[in-house]
Amino acid sequence: MTAVETLRRTPLYAEHVALGARMVPFAGWEMPLQYPTGIVAEHRAVRGQAGVFDLSHMGEVYVRGARALDAVDRLVSSDVAGLRVGQARYGLLCNERGTIVDDVIVYRVEPETVLICVNASNREKDVAHMRAHLDRGVGLDDVSLETALIAVQGPRAAAILASLAAPVAGGSLESVAPFGVVGANVAGERAWVARTGYTGEDGFEIFVAWDRASRPWTRLLAVGRDRGLAPIGLGARDTLRLEARLSLYGNEIDETTGPIEAGLGWTCKLDKEFIGRDAIAAAKERGPSRRVVGLVVDGGVARHGLAVVKDGREVGVVTSGTFGPTVGKNVALAYVPVALSKIGTEVAVRIREREVPARVVKTPFYSRKEKVGAE
Amino acid sequence: MSVPDDLRYSKEHEWVRVDGDIATVGITHFAQEQLGDVVFVELPGQGSAVKQFASLGVVESVKAASDVYAPISGEITERNMKVIEKPELVNQEPYGNGWLVKVRVADKGEVGKLLSPADYRAHIGETAPSGA
Repeated sequence: MTAVETLRRTPLYAEHVALGARMVPFAGWEMPLQYPTGIVAEHRAVRGQAGVFDLSHMGEVYVRGARALDAVDRLVSSDVAGLRVGQARYGLLCNERGTIVDDVIVYRVEPETVLICVNASNREKDVAHMRAHLDRGVGLDDVSLETALIAVQGPRAAAILASLAAPVAGGSLESVAPFGVVGANVAGERAWVARTGYTGEDGFEIFVAWDRASRPWTRLLAVGRDRGLAPIGLGARDTLRLEARLSLYGNEIDETTGPIEAGLGWTCKLDKEFIGRDAIAAAKERGPSRRVVGLVVDGGVARHGLAVVKDGREVGVVTSGTFGPTVGKNVALAYVPVALSKIGTEVAVRIREREVPARVVKTPFYSRKEKVGAE
Repeated sequence: MSVPDDLRYSKEHEWVRVDGDIATVGITHFAQEQLGDVVFVELPGQGSAVKQFASLGVVESVKAASDVYAPISGEITERNMKVIEKPELVNQEPYGNGWLVKVRVADKGEVGKLLSPADYRAHIGETAPSGA
């Protein structure tokens, strides 16, 4: 039996090919890994000017109705019930064991409409999980295959986007607070525009109908090009998020890891009811046995799955690693025993049978200087 | 020129330039393009013995580590410290300052097992320059 995997294509597939992207399979999708200038140049464009990303592979789910907000509050670790209209929050879907089903962003886009953005690789699992736990009468609508997602990130993202987009209610996108979300027209197309992202920079994410995605994309590139905006592939998306120490599902977090050890305890509002709360509260009480730490590796690039070694003994595992173009070092995230998690601890990473020295450092490896607006 | 006419090539995308009994070795333009931004290079020290088509070292890009194979057998006489300090030279000048090692050739007959520029062009699916 031969299983031929058919990869899905986003509505911007032809744009990527025309831009000379190297397309790769990712979570069942054919996605741009990088454009001709390469990952390091793309990374620097986002840190220094701006970048535009096609993230249409990501999943989007609506939960609607008078009880939508409270229903989602019981599914997600963070304070969803406290969201005002036009606010978003990062949180976790957990199971009863207190391990992580997915990490999501919850947007309260209308008084009784909640939009949840989930990882492409987890979409079907998440939808099943949410359906199984939502009360009868609370509708869940998986709009992933009819919703495109375009991100604009970087210090010039707000100015570039504001030159071709404005909130429906009036005013400017530049006055939207971090983690705010508004209905907006983007290059003539109706969209939800949120001040969220996954790069460590200021920026926006644009949820737009599948068949209306190409104008916002091409207009952004046209307007942004002379201000240094570049198209960005999944390669630089990974180096950007890693420098900013943002977790990646399947690397730092999965159904074998809990929020406390993953350093995501801050996303768990333990004084409310949500799936996994009791297990997470107990894990917090006990204290974790291991923790995600940042490593700087001297003399090689640590990669996902490599062993962390101390005094010749395997003590942990690298979850993500790369060369960080902005920090100029080989950086990694790894699970290590709590006793070895202190800043400055010397360990090693086993790379090609060699023990390469590594040091526990403070994270994020990179954080931007200028913060945008206060909430 | 992405496949210079004065070099010999391996199927694994290394090039070699033989000058007397010393061969200079690097990876091809095609290889560096496939790898993307090179961020780390690991090479054997002076005096190490390498064997044709056996592992010579590793070139790491942002995304992945790739083995480099020795296109020719011999003893390492020099490794390029400049690429160790500045790995992006492999991308910028794969046939120039981005060379990896120099090898004292053990058996010049091995050159016969390498690809000519025309054969290498065919191997990577590149059409010959017009007029060639």
